[in-house]
Amino acid sequence: MSKTTEQVRKSLKTRYRSEKRFRAFGISAVAFGLLAVVVLFTDIISKGSSAFVETYIQLDIYWDPAELGIDDPSDAEQVNYADYDALIKAALRERFPEVEDRQERRALYQLASSGAGFLLRDQLEDNPDLLGTIQTLWILADDDVDMFVKADVEDRQNTRLPEVARPWVEALERDGHTDIKWNASFFAKGDSREPEQAGVWAAVTGSFFTMLVTLALAFPIGVAAAVYLEEFAPKNRYTDFIEVNINNLAAVPSIIFGLLGLAIFINLFGLPRSVPLVGGLVLTLMTLPTIIISARAAIKSVPPSIREAALGMGASRMQMVMHHVLPLAMPGMLTGAIIGMAQALGETAPLLMIGMVAFIVDIPGGPLDASTVLPVQIYLWADSPEASFVALTSAAIMVLLAFLISMNTLAVLLRKRLERRW
Amino acid sequence: MQAGNLVLLLIALGAVFYFFGWRRSYALSAPLGGVRHLHSLPGYYASLAAIWCVLPALALLAFWLMMDDAVIRTNLMASLPSSIQPQSEVDYNLLLNQIRNVAGGALNPAFVPAEVAAAAEQLNAMQAKNQLMLNIAFISIAVLGGVWGWSRVRPRLRARQQVESVMKWLLMASATVAILTTLGIVLSVLFESIRFFQKVSPVEFLFGLQWSPQIALRPDQVGATGAFGAVPLFAGTLLISFIAMCVAVPVGLMSAIYLAEYAHRNVRAWAKPILEILAGVPTVVYGFFAALTVAPAIRGFGESMGLTVASESALAAGLVMGIMIIPFISSLADDVITAVPRAMRDGSLALGATHSETIKRVVIPAALPGIMGGILLAVSRAIGETMIVVMAAGLAANLTANPLEAVTTITVQIVTLLVGDQEFDSAKTLAAFALGLMLFVVTLALNIVALHIVRKYREQYE
Repeated sequence: MSKTTEQVRKSLKTRYRSEKRFRAFGISAVAFGLLAVVVLFTDIISKGSSAFVETYIQLDIYWDPAELGIDDPSDAEQVNYADYDALIKAALRERFPEVEDRQERRALYQLASSGAGFLLRDQLEDNPDLLGTIQTLWILADDDVDMFVKADVEDRQNTRLPEVARPWVEALERDGHTDIKWNASFFAKGDSREPEQAGVWAAVTGSFFTMLVTLALAFPIGVAAAVYLEEFAPKNRYTDFIEVNINNLAAVPSIIFGLLGLAIFINLFGLPRSVPLVGGLVLTLMTLPTIIISARAAIKSVPPSIREAALGMGASRMQMVMHHVLPLAMPGMLTGAIIGMAQALGETAPLLMIGMVAFIVDIPGGPLDASTVLPVQIYLWADSPEASFVALTSAAIMVLLAFLISMNTLAVLLRKRLERRW
Repeated sequence: MQAGNLVLLLIALGAVFYFFGWRRSYALSAPLGGVRHLHSLPGYYASLAAIWCVLPALALLAFWLMMDDAVIRTNLMASLPSSIQPQSEVDYNLLLNQIRNVAGGALNPAFVPAEVAAAAEQLNAMQAKNQLMLNIAFISIAVLGGVWGWSRVRPRLRARQQVESVMKWLLMASATVAILTTLGIVLSVLFESIRFFQKVSPVEFLFGLQWSPQIALRPDQVGATGAFGAVPLFAGTLLISFIAMCVAVPVGLMSAIYLAEYAHRNVRAWAKPILEILAGVPTVVYGFFAALTVAPAIRGFGESMGLTVASESALAAGLVMGIMIIPFISSLADDVITAVPRAMRDGSLALGATHSETIKRVVIPAALPGIMGGILLAVSRAIGETMIVVMAAGLAANLTANPLEAVTTITVQIVTLLVGDQEFDSAKTLAAFALGLMLFVVTLALNIVALHIVRKYREQYE
């Protein structure tokens, strides 16, 4: 055995150990990444799942014409402006006659959501015959009651429900007069200061209009730019300059696009603030590089023989592109566009700059109505002090992630189904 | 929404002229013996007529919409009686707003001077007249253009070449949008920054240690002097980015190496997409996660160890930002590692090196330029990241290197300064654009260097 072999054999142990160590590092790095995904998702799901249901309390409502001040139920104005909260207050007094202190009474009235009266109004509008009858109804509870009912027994001490109100809620629970129902208003309403009445629908519609503008502008412009650069652009300084610009824009921080939108679209062109149109314009500029780059890759993957065959049959360059290259590259382009749209859908920072952070309750009816978008709504709710907004924020995040996941799945499926390998 | 209706009308008109162009080309070809005696296919003649209808009208609409507001405003303000003619720019804007509010019905005319109410009525009249003129001009240009395009349809007309050159110009204009965007960014941040630097000296901005952008409303107000030294912001940005890179670089790099060199094909097939989920999660979600889960956890942990931890510590924001960047680094590193030729690995293994020695001594050095480029891109992304720091980092500008304290960053300050009311003549609002300029310049430099390195490396092995 030579001296070198001897030396190598001696060092083998350490070398194998370091090999194992290196491998362990690798495994732990991958595990850390996977753990981050798992923790992130479980955290959000565990925080948010409770927001999909909300608490109702059962009360006997007497549709008292005197209390409402309605003498003619067919008069729309009277029905509209009557004091429905008084009915709920009366029903609560009826249910808990022992509460007499003024301050305690006020706490009692706060068991019901401040928006519950509007629901009663809608009922009466639908059915004027209710006036004068007594009905057992489920009334939307306040968010503090909601938190209390949903909390585990040992966590109940820490909820925000006032000390004095706890026995009342427990009494309601004992009698089976509380119920946890599906939170339909979460998917039907806009923002609200009251967590139990807030919903994501306005933000979803806002996002929809913003994405519509983005898609309508970014896809045609992106595809046209990619076609020009791949098929028509002469090799010169101007073309190089366009390419450098596209590559750099792809890496510019998104907030800079917000500054651009604020300075150019709002200040210079005088477009209104916080509308999906401006949001869509800003997101168009932001996603264009992504779309152009993926569209170019799709065009590049069309084999040259197709082009040569078309040209050989006497097609002009434009005919070759429009009749052969574009249809063949379309699946790849669509995949790129969907991924770009998913990126735009989750974007928040540039939209803050153009004023989409306003508190907006109404559901927007078009791209020129003031609105907010889903990620901005999440940001706004995350900033709200009430504890119930945490659950609401997580629920909104789950809605957003559901959209993103379905878009990405669609992109993957599209790629698998339609992409051709040459 | 009037412009939208006009565009819809234009599309309809374009379709009509397309149809007539088609009909005419057929009619002209009939005596010659069929469509094959035309120079181009009928569709090209039809398209030409439609293009003549649509494009001039669209150009007119764009030009008109750009000009009409300024023209109306100038005419209106010039026509005001001298008694209410504004003296300064501020008065001018105030008066204009008042007139607009009255005209739009937001303000009751009874509450304003009679001259203003009259001006508002005049404004409404001018706007109505403007709209009418626009409609007439737009429709007549569209129809005249269409008729002209239609009348040009001749068997010998080189319609295909003309249509194709128009299309080529349109394609080129689309490609130019990228240049216009860059230009727009540069101009918008540059102009406002220049205005800012007229109020605050660049030296103070770049080297000052005090950042408190509140401007005093009254001269004797306490604690509101307005200092614009951005060093604490730069330091905070660097601190958070540094923490993020400390997480992302080792984890991203090692997981890329493991998945590319060690892992079984099946493991790679499911682990890689799961890691890439992290790249698809919106930053606002990370911000929420950092502010509501990670920050309290770190705070609780630190306090159990007897440390004082700020509730908006740099560590929480940096940690979560690092998690966000992991897939970015790992996919870039994966690309460059798999691009290293097989022969180099085989050579090293044949000489008796272990797998990890091959990776450390051969693969990584060969892939190093690409990895460095990827890391630089990741740094630029960390510097420009906004939502995580807005939600999880602090607002107060502390000059500290302690990751347990709250620091603020450039992007946080841009958001805080620009969300809400803005006055474009105060240094406070303009400071946001100066910060934006800094951010743009730094990230641009990083990107250019990184792309250069990556490209140079790629050429080596192809």
